Amino acid sequence: MLGVALVFAGAAAMADTGADTPKRVVSINLCTDQLALMLADKGQLISVTKMSQDPRSSAMAEAANTVPANASRAEEVFAMNPDLVLAGAYSSYATVQMLQRLGVRVEVFKAASSMAEIRSGITRMGAVLGQQDRATEMLADFDAELARLSDAPAHRPRAALYFANGYTTGEATLTGQIVQAAGFANISSEQGFAAGGFLPLEKLALTNPDVVITGQPYRGASRAEAVMHHPVIERLKSRATVAAITDRDWVCGTPFVLRAVAEMRDLRLSMEPAK
Amino acid sequence: MRLMLALSALVLLLFVGSLTVGPAGFGGLSALWGGDGPMPLIMHEIRLPRALLGLMIGLSLGLSGAAMQGYLRNPLAEPGLIGVSSTAALGAVLAIHTGLAGAWMLGLPLAALAGAVIGVGLILLLAGPRGGSLTLILAGIALSAMAAALTSLVLNLAPNPWAANEIIFWMMGSLADRSMTHVWLALPLMVVGWLLLATTGRGLDALTLGEDTAAAMGIDMRRLRLVLVFGTACVIGAGVAVAGSIGFVGLVVPHLLRPLVQARPSHLLWASALGGAAMVLAADIAVRIMLPDGDLKLGVLTALVGAPLFLHLIYKTRRGLA
Amino acid sequence: MTVLSLDHLSVRLRERAIFNDVSLSVSRGEFVGLIGPNGAGKTTLMRAALGLVPFSGDSSLAAMPLLQRARHAAWMPQTRDIAWPVDVDTLVMLGRVPHLSAAARPTDTDRAAVDDAIARMELEPFRHRTVTRLSGGEQARALIARTLAQDTPLLMADEPIAGLDPAHQIATMQVFAGLANEGRAVITSLHDLGLAARHCTRLILLGKGGIAADGPPETVLSPENLRDIFGLTAWFENTAQGPVFQPLKVIR
Repeated sequence: MLGVALVFAGAAAMADTGADTPKRVVSINLCTDQLALMLADKGQLISVTKMSQDPRSSAMAEAANTVPANASRAEEVFAMNPDLVLAGAYSSYATVQMLQRLGVRVEVFKAASSMAEIRSGITRMGAVLGQQDRATEMLADFDAELARLSDAPAHRPRAALYFANGYTTGEATLTGQIVQAAGFANISSEQGFAAGGFLPLEKLALTNPDVVITGQPYRGASRAEAVMHHPVIERLKSRATVAAITDRDWVCGTPFVLRAVAEMRDLRLSMEPAK
Repeated sequence: MRLMLALSALVLLLFVGSLTVGPAGFGGLSALWGGDGPMPLIMHEIRLPRALLGLMIGLSLGLSGAAMQGYLRNPLAEPGLIGVSSTAALGAVLAIHTGLAGAWMLGLPLAALAGAVIGVGLILLLAGPRGGSLTLILAGIALSAMAAALTSLVLNLAPNPWAANEIIFWMMGSLADRSMTHVWLALPLMVVGWLLLATTGRGLDALTLGEDTAAAMGIDMRRLRLVLVFGTACVIGAGVAVAGSIGFVGLVVPHLLRPLVQARPSHLLWASALGGAAMVLAADIAVRIMLPDGDLKLGVLTALVGAPLFLHLIYKTRRGLA
Repeated sequence: MTVLSLDHLSVRLRERAIFNDVSLSVSRGEFVGLIGPNGAGKTTLMRAALGLVPFSGDSSLAAMPLLQRARHAAWMPQTRDIAWPVDVDTLVMLGRVPHLSAAARPTDTDRAAVDDAIARMELEPFRHRTVTRLSGGEQARALIARTLAQDTPLLMADEPIAGLDPAHQIATMQVFAGLANEGRAVITSLHDLGLAARHCTRLILLGKGGIAADGPPETVLSPENLRDIFGLTAWFENTAQGPVFQPLKVIR
């Protein structure tokens, strides 16, 4: 019995080292890009997407710039001869299917919408890249920092998240979780939103939030973003504290999320009257 | 006149109704005159501009529809159908996404005006002074298709990632989340257009007997044509710039009201203006009742009413031609 | 008193000379019948006189400013366009457009003119009927009534009696003759030479690129003119019931 167990353990140990560590990893999703850049060995990751090289959307832009970019297309990815492709749940289904049909190993990572999902994402990325030790370290840091930041007051100030096209996000989303971890109450929950949805401007006006959190505008103009300049929003902003989300910290399920939490927490603390 | 009083009363009723409907709940009229809480803000900055724009745009669409039908002597001629709204939208989209609208406030309505002028001009050129139905509709289809394609192109090439989805707004129209800024932006051009179109009554009456007779009765045909082109372009351009294309109003309203004014083009002008205002206000109330928490486009409702009527008119025209 | 004078009027359309060097003048009290074969240019002549087509030469009417011209001459074209289903009363009232300013309501004078026109054309039973639902002849009478309501010194009509029944043809010619008697002038083009002979005070025969004859009916309807311009022979006699004219044979 023990002998069989030893054989299995030995086999498992062997599987852990060397044989299962991919050497040519291509990532085709912004979020997997960043997580992989943080966990992979130098030279293990051979390509990331163009977006991860943009400091506006990526917290790992500098590191990403040392690696060639891809446009997430099956043909160019396959031409790189990867032994592992990292994709997101929203990567083109056709691209993922094609790569799998061509015999490439593809690991699809769901977008994280809670702290727990960020943790499991880190763990899985570590396993997939053969970097379990680094992942464990990262998790420990993550947990410690999160604990440090989690000092929600008894009375949470009310925050409204409002983006282009009148979109708001609730507690079942990453942005909602960030805001909650920082100690705010989300007006979307009051309005009955679990995840994201369209909130009419009139209803937003009725909520009278303490904090208004908006997205940062993109280049050029658009009707979708025009609502952000509506007099009602301007008025709400003038009465409340204002914050803007930065894509690089808020969008992907990486430890950088904690930077966003810290920022929001600082904001909350600055709003409290000196005791 | 009794009809004018009745229509005016209807418009007033719908205007007040429009002020009382919205996601924040029914009622709230008293908040127009001040008060505490968020309702005055909602009334002044969301509902009032929306109702005003509904009124202004409805007036414009009804008036320009009646004017174009009177001039072309064709009940199928309406600015939306013949492509003027689409070209105006193209002008507006170009202004927004080249940054002109951002740099100069008036840039937006003026660009839409330019688009509308080109649209009306092209239609008159393509369809000829006596707009035969077939030529008119074909020219309208061609113009609309071209303008819509170019608008899509501009939106897809725009640097902003949201822009590509805007096409729905431009083609179906919406009064949601408009502010008083939009009212002031559109009003001057619209007033100019209303005044211009109001002067066409006499000429349109005379045109009942044909171009030759109208000219012999002292109507300056070239001036009438110019006034019509610019008047229509002004009101359509201003309206589309702030609310996108809202179609079929200029088709349905004159058609419904024509029997009530004994088919006199000059009387139909103001009757259609009031009727158009009523129709747009009613549609805007309906979209908020049907989908209170969503953003149902205005053009959806007007098309649901207008398209069947359009088919009916085509059928009648075919029978007449047969 | 002259109501219309044309001086060396010529019109070219699409490289073709329609007519050349036409000079004539029409005075009050005249009922002029403009006759000629198809394509002779009758319609073009009248439209040129009104300034509706480009021409070279002079026309006293075309030289007037638009509104004054409209108050001086009423024009009924051959194409009987009625764009909208208005009623007869409204249609005839359209004749008052040159007299009404932009937003004015009709005055008693306007109403009187309309009533008079409707009475003359015997349209009283149709007053509130939709014009587009009337027969072709009735529509024509309504359109003629419109020109009467315009109350002008000169009335020009292009084939106004085509399509009317014989009784109404005669009645309309009598109305026109009556207008001339009252001191106005009427110019109409027509193909019915018999009616022209019986009612018109003067005939102008258009043919071969100009005016072939101009004068009283018996002079203009000479056998030579009939042969050269129309290619016809006819029987013409002044009877006890007035002049009677009947085309007989075609001469090739």
